[in-house]
This record gives sequence, structure tokens and C-alpha cells, in this order.
Amino acid sequence: MYRYIWLVPLLPLAGAAINGLLGRKLRFSEKLVSSIAVGSIALAFLITLAAVYSYTFSSNAIWPQAYVTSQDGTFSFTWIPGGAVRLTQGSHERLSIKLQEEAARKRAALPPQQREQPVLVGGGEEQRSSVLNVEWSYQLDALSSIFMLVVTGVGLCIFVFATGYMHGDPGFYRFFAYMGLFMFSMLVLVMGSNFLMMFVGWEGVGLCSYLLIGYYFDRQEAANASRKAFITNRIGDFGFALAIFGVIATFGTTQYGDVFAQASGYPLEPLGQWGLLSWIALGLFIGACGKSAQLPLHVWLPDAMAGPTPVSALIHAATMVTAGLYMVTRTNVIFQHSQTMMMVVALVGAATALFAATIGITQNDIKKVLAYSTVSQLGFMFMACGVGAFAIGIFHVMTHAFFKALMFLGAGSVIHGMHHEQDMRRMGGLRKYMPYTYLTFLAGWLAICGIIPFSGFWSKDEILWNAAATRYIPVGWIVWIVGTIAATCTAFYMTRLVAMTFWGKEKFLDAPHDHTPEHEVHDHDHETPTHHTHIPHESPASMWVPLAVLAVLATVGGFVGISSAFTGGQHVGGRMNIVNFLDPIIWNPTTRFFGTHHVVDSYGKQPEFKEAHVELSVLTTEPLHVELPPPPYGQEGFNLAHMVESAVHSEALTEWVFIIISLLVAGLGITLGWLFYVKNPRLPDIWASRLRPLYQASYNKYWVDEFFGWAITRRTMDAARAVFAFDSKVVDGAVNGSAWLTKLASRITGGVDQYFVDGLVNAVAAFVVRLMSPLFRAAQTGFAQNYALVMVFGLVAAVALFFGADILKAVQSIFAIGF
Amino acid sequence: MHFFMLKFFSAAFGLLLQEATSAPMHTAWEKAQNPDLSRFLVIGALLFIIGVAGVLTRRNIIVIFMSIELILNAANLNFIALSRYLQETGNVNAVAGQIFAVFVIVVAAAEAAIGLGIVIALYRNKETIWVDEIDILKW
Repeated sequence: MYRYIWLVPLLPLAGAAINGLLGRKLRFSEKLVSSIAVGSIALAFLITLAAVYSYTFSSNAIWPQAYVTSQDGTFSFTWIPGGAVRLTQGSHERLSIKLQEEAARKRAALPPQQREQPVLVGGGEEQRSSVLNVEWSYQLDALSSIFMLVVTGVGLCIFVFATGYMHGDPGFYRFFAYMGLFMFSMLVLVMGSNFLMMFVGWEGVGLCSYLLIGYYFDRQEAANASRKAFITNRIGDFGFALAIFGVIATFGTTQYGDVFAQASGYPLEPLGQWGLLSWIALGLFIGACGKSAQLPLHVWLPDAMAGPTPVSALIHAATMVTAGLYMVTRTNVIFQHSQTMMMVVALVGAATALFAATIGITQNDIKKVLAYSTVSQLGFMFMACGVGAFAIGIFHVMTHAFFKALMFLGAGSVIHGMHHEQDMRRMGGLRKYMPYTYLTFLAGWLAICGIIPFSGFWSKDEILWNAAATRYIPVGWIVWIVGTIAATCTAFYMTRLVAMTFWGKEKFLDAPHDHTPEHEVHDHDHETPTHHTHIPHESPASMWVPLAVLAVLATVGGFVGISSAFTGGQHVGGRMNIVNFLDPIIWNPTTRFFGTHHVVDSYGKQPEFKEAHVELSVLTTEPLHVELPPPPYGQEGFNLAHMVESAVHSEALTEWVFIIISLLVAGLGITLGWLFYVKNPRLPDIWASRLRPLYQASYNKYWVDEFFGWAITRRTMDAARAVFAFDSKVVDGAVNGSAWLTKLASRITGGVDQYFVDGLVNAVAAFVVRLMSPLFRAAQTGFAQNYALVMVFGLVAAVALFFGADILKAVQSIFAIGF
Repeated sequence: MHFFMLKFFSAAFGLLLQEATSAPMHTAWEKAQNPDLSRFLVIGALLFIIGVAGVLTRRNIIVIFMSIELILNAANLNFIALSRYLQETGNVNAVAGQIFAVFVIVVAAAEAAIGLGIVIALYRNKETIWVDEIDILKW
């Protein structure tokens, strides 16, 4: 079935093309548009399921072969045909004249039909030539499997939800055309087999994000937000593009397999050493920061909530913003070569997680809270990648896609039920009015808070444990502390959100409904009496059924990454365990191979792989205890896990200590939230006034937007004004000055012409005429004999001219005769 | 100058006389009956020069007309002489010179008629046929 994966991106594209190109002209009904859109996504999801099954689990599975591409299959073509590319191992000079001559010589020796082909020149490692061929080919492996499943699966739920949410919108077909285009771009991003295809998908999702944030383009706020998102992403894309250039210049290819095979041979770059791969990794991480809204490029994501809520769920929570994670995990070979960049990734992730979580505490817009929560959770994912637990990062991408999509859709349902009211201060007590939404939202809430056994617990706990136990970077303990505080904040603000929305007093009954004009578009489909009294109502089945599906996933989805502490210190379940599943694509800096089959995993445990024989079964064998290998980069800082282990004298107990701490902080956050917003609703105001500066900072999002506005926007405007002034004063002045000079010069030359040249001409002509006229006048005597005389002179002259010589001869002969 | 002209003319006559004096007497008659071409040409040249001198020097317009007739007849003499010369040297069809002479006579007659008409008109207006008193050609 994986032979047909090329259909997976193509189907949403076809659906989008049909809806977008024909939807307006043929006046498609909402039913037709939604069948086309949902049908194409559903078909793509089914193909993905079948392909992943046959690739991974079926009896003729080819797993764990790291890369299955359709390069040899039916859908593959050379996208950018190659020319000679200089492969640089050390110096970066171009192909030298000598090598060009050598290439010409080799070409001349070939038979004529092969002379167009590139030839290999240069001898040793230093001088190799290669060909840059960029394939348009799809790749199915462990990482792209997970992303394809998440994108098409969660995407399907959100598409179904959107058919209900967008009901009655005049741009219905346009919305689904953009969404389908987004699905295509995202699938190209995660399925491409080379960096350039990832870049195409990367830019495609950026474009669709722009289009969908600005979906309500008649609202200034949405238009501004879409521009902000686009421009901020450009900064990241700049780094990404530089990194791709670096990859091409260094490895001479963009194909993942070739790049990573070559990169495996490069030396590791320990902390503080900035080698080639560190720079490439830095460029890639700048790209990831832009797309995944990490500090300081996070500013666009909260504003992106101006788009419709399904867009926020699909693009700005579940899929597109995790593209940065996909990229970092995909290129983990490059990142793991640079300890510096690993540390940068971990610290940026940790800082973002805490930063966004503290902002989320004080926001009142339900979607803003969820947006900052998303930024925070993305920080957690980068934290995982930075401490070397890439598989756990992807695990958190998956669980986060479940519970955050669920909560965004739940928020969409609430907004829909509240007639487009987003301010949580006007909500409350909604559990009575929207039971399905409430119940499903509870699952998401417990998942993100990290309550066992909901999915968020497994991934977040693994992240924190890996941060504490990491041997990749020396600052794992800082990451752990920051992450734990962020997790507490997460539990707190999520409890606050649930309490303000679903529990307590029904504040919408006494609060005046803020009937802002921009929401008029969506209101005309609820012409019921409740509309006028603003009593919330439960959403239709097309909206709560996807919620229910996602709620189930958010509840049980975490078991694919069940913590090894629960299962005797092993990653059980064979390929069904996400850590084992992703193993073939994670590089091991100690063994310099992909996968941890050979020795140990990142924190020193011997993994057990029984994938060929036992699947979906819990293994009960004792873990193998081996000597800890040296840390990957040859140095080790303070390690929290080792400290705890030396205190409790048990390896198994160590992880349990961290699990209990993680559960305790989640409980602490929930309890605080309950105290503040249920038990004693006056507490928030008291603490807000008591911690006034902190509250203000958080409420105003640490003034980052204001700072950027001052430091970048204002400076840009100043520069523009200066350039404009230069233009109008200097450039225009120069042009006008030259015009003035031209005028002056023309006046001067005109004067000279009129008085000097003309005068000269007149004077000379008159002089000559006056001089010559007596002569010619004298010739005109009027006497016929004078004229006759002139004729005779002419005759004599003619005779002298024609017969002068003969006459002379005759005269000479006469004189020679003598007298 | 006079010396030079004297030399020239005496040389020209000398050429004429040279033939006559160097030839035997019995051939002189034959020569007179069938004179040499150069004699005709010399006489034509003399006629032409006399005509030109008359045109340039005489004030009476009638005499100038007569001098023009001399010039034309000099040309006629050359035509006839050369035509005969060509016939005697074998080209029996060389009559173009003689035909031209007839044309020249016709044109001279017409010219004389028009010219004398102009003279009469001139005399009626100016009361003179002296060319140095007529300078209206410059207007």
C-alpha cells in the first residue's frame, strides 16, 4: 500500500482545487463542498493507515528499514535536474581550472552518447564532484508515518468539526479550499524525501496560515495578524534557507538519506565549538523557532487566533506549528553533532515553556489562553529534543495534537454556543448547557495538566524525566526546574480556564452581550429565540462527534509511549511503543549509528527489542544492567537523575521519584486553580493587586509586542522616513537641480546662439558678399562683344586643354626646322 | 610679341610654300587640280580667325553678322574638305560632311533672317546699330 502514498498529499490538493476553482462559479452547496473536502481527507487518512500498517506491522513489513521512498516507484521525478556541484569537505573554493580540464578530458574519452553526463573529477577526499539532483519523491518512515497519521487523522476530525462550525459562512468553499491546500502543503512537508521538498511544504503551510488567519479579511485585526504571522515566519525561513544552502554546499545533495549518511561521519562538536554542522543546525533552529513560535519569534501565534477556530485547532495547535519539531527531529543527526545547539534548543524550549505559561495565567480570551498554552507546550517539545529525547518530543507532538485540537475545538464549540463570545469573564456554568463539550473538554484539561493516565501525563512526564536524566547537555537540571514550574503553571491556568468557562456562576445572564459587528457574519444561522436571550446551546453532532473522538484519543493516546518505569524499565510493546517505533530515525552519537539497537539508549539503559516476535504484549524480562557508557560528548555536568539515584540507591525508584514530583506539581496547579477560581473567587483580585508588577507583566505579555514595536517596527518606520526624506530632499533635489541647471544652460546657449553665432554668421556673410560683389557686378557689362570675348577665351582655353600638347609639339617642330 | 607672331605666320606660310617649292613643276598643276587636305584646313582656320576677329572688333552689327557668316563658312569648308578626303581615301559613302554643310547653310539663312529682324527692331527702338551703344543685355 505504501506504493500509493503519493495519493495522500494529492487528494487534499485535488479537493482544494475543485472547491477553490469551481466552488464559486458553480455555486456549490455547503453539503457538496464539505463532502468533497471531508471525503478527500478521509480517503487520504485511509491510505495513510493502510500504508503505515503495511510498512510497519503487516506480515511482509519492511520495518525497520529506515527509509522507504517512492523514488523507484510510480510517482517520482527529478524535480531540479542536476548540474555539477562542488562537494566541499574543507575549503570552499569553486571547481578549479585544473579540475575543469580534467573533466573535459574524461568526457572526451567517453563514448559520444555519454558525454553529456557528469563525470567524477578530483582524486581524494578533498576534491570530489557530485551532481545536485533534487527528486520529487515521498518518503515513508517512522517519523513521517506519525506525522501523516496525526495530520490526516486529527485533520479529519477538524474538517468534520469545521463543516458544523463554518455553517452559513459566505466563504464556505473558500475556507475548505484553503484548508485542503494547507493539508497538501503539510503532507508534502512531512512526506518529502529531501530538504527542498520540506521547504516547499514549509512555505506552503506558511502561505495557507496567512490566508486562513486573514480569512475574515474585512476585519483589520485579522488582516494585521495574518501579516504579522507571515513576516515573522519569513525571519525563520531566512535561517532555514541558509541552512539548506549550507547543506547543499557541504554535502552536495538534499536527499535526507545521503545527507545524514555523510553527516554521520563528521566529528562531534562539543560545547562551545562552532563547526559547520553547528551553523547548519543554528539555521535550521531559527527556521523551527519561526514556525513553532519559540522565543523570540513567538509573537505571531497568539495573534493568529484571529482566524476561525478550526484553523487555530488544525494549523496553530495540532499540525503546522509542530513542523519545527518535525524538522529538528528529522535532522537530529545534524543537531546531535553540536552539543551547543542541543543546549540552545533545550534552553530556548524551557524559556518559552515558562514564559508562555506565565502569560497564559492572566489572559481572559479563551483562545488567547489556548494559544499561549500551545506556545508553552511547543517549548516542552523543544525541551525534549534539546535533551536528546527526540522520540519523546514527537510523542508530545502527537498527544498535544490530540488534546490541544480537542480543547481548541471545544473552545470553538463554546464560542459557537455562546454566539461568538470569547471573553471567559462572560462565561461560567456552561456544563449545564453544553454537556458534551464539557465532558470532552475535561479529558483535554486532565491530559494537559498531566494527570495519570491521560495522554499528556505520559509525554510531559517523559520530557521532564529525560531533562533530569540527560547526558547530552550539562544543564539538564535547569531545564527540569523550569519545565516543572511551567507544568505547574500549565495545570493552574488550564484549571482557571475550565473553572471560568464551565463551572461557577452563569455570568452571561447578567452581562450585556457584546454584539460586535464582525461577528454578524456567523450569527444569521441561529434564528432561534435563544439567540436574543443569549442562552448558550449545545453544538450540533457534526461538532461534538469529532470532539468525542479526540477526547478518546486524548485519554488513551498516551499509552503508546507508556513510561518505562511502569513496565519494568523497558519500552514495551515492540513497534507499538513510540520510542521503539521512532528508534530507526534517531541517531546515536555514541555508536554513530541510527537507532539504539546496538548499545544503549540516551540515558544509559539497554533497550529490549522483540519486535519480530512479540507485538502489543508486555514483556516481563528483567532489564539488562550494563555499565553506563561515556557521555556522548565526553563531558558531563551536574546530573539530577544521578544525584537522586545516589540518594535512593535504586535505578527504578529514581524515575518514580520524578513521576511523583510531576504528578504532585500537576495536583498543586489544579488545587491552586480550584482555590482561586472555585473556592474563593476573590483570591485572584487579591493576589493580582498584591503582585501587581508581575500581574501587569504577565497580563501585558511581558511587553514583547511593545518592545518589538519600539525596537523593530518604529526603527523600520524611522528608517523608512529617513529614506523618504533622503528621497524627497536629496534625490528629488538632485533631479530638480539638474532641471534648473538645464534651464540655465539653455538660456545661456540660447543667448550665445542668438547674439554671437548668428551675429558672426551675418557679419561674415555680409563681408564676403560685399567683398565679392564688385567682381561679379563688373562681369555683367551688357555688351555682347564682351560676352563673345569670354566665349573666345573659353574656346582658346578648351583648345589649349585638348590640343595644347599637339600644338606645342607642332611649334617645337617649326622651331626645330629653324629659319 | 610681334616678333613671335611674325615667326609663327612665316612658319605657317613656309609650310605651304615648302610643298610648292620642293615639288617638280609638272606635278604642280596636278597639285593645283587636286589640292592637298592641309591647304583646305589652313584656309578654313584662316577664315575662322578672320571671322572671330571681325566679331570682336567691329562695332557695326551688320559687319558682325557678316563675320559670323565667315565663321560658319569656315566650318563648311572643313566639312566639305574632310568629306572629300575620306571619299578619296576609299570611303565612298562618306557624305555626312556635305549634308552637314547644307544644314549649316539652312540654319545660317534662318539665323540671318531672325538676326536682321532683331536688328531692325533694335534700330527702331534705339536708333543705332552700333553694338557699343547697346548694353541692355545686362538687365
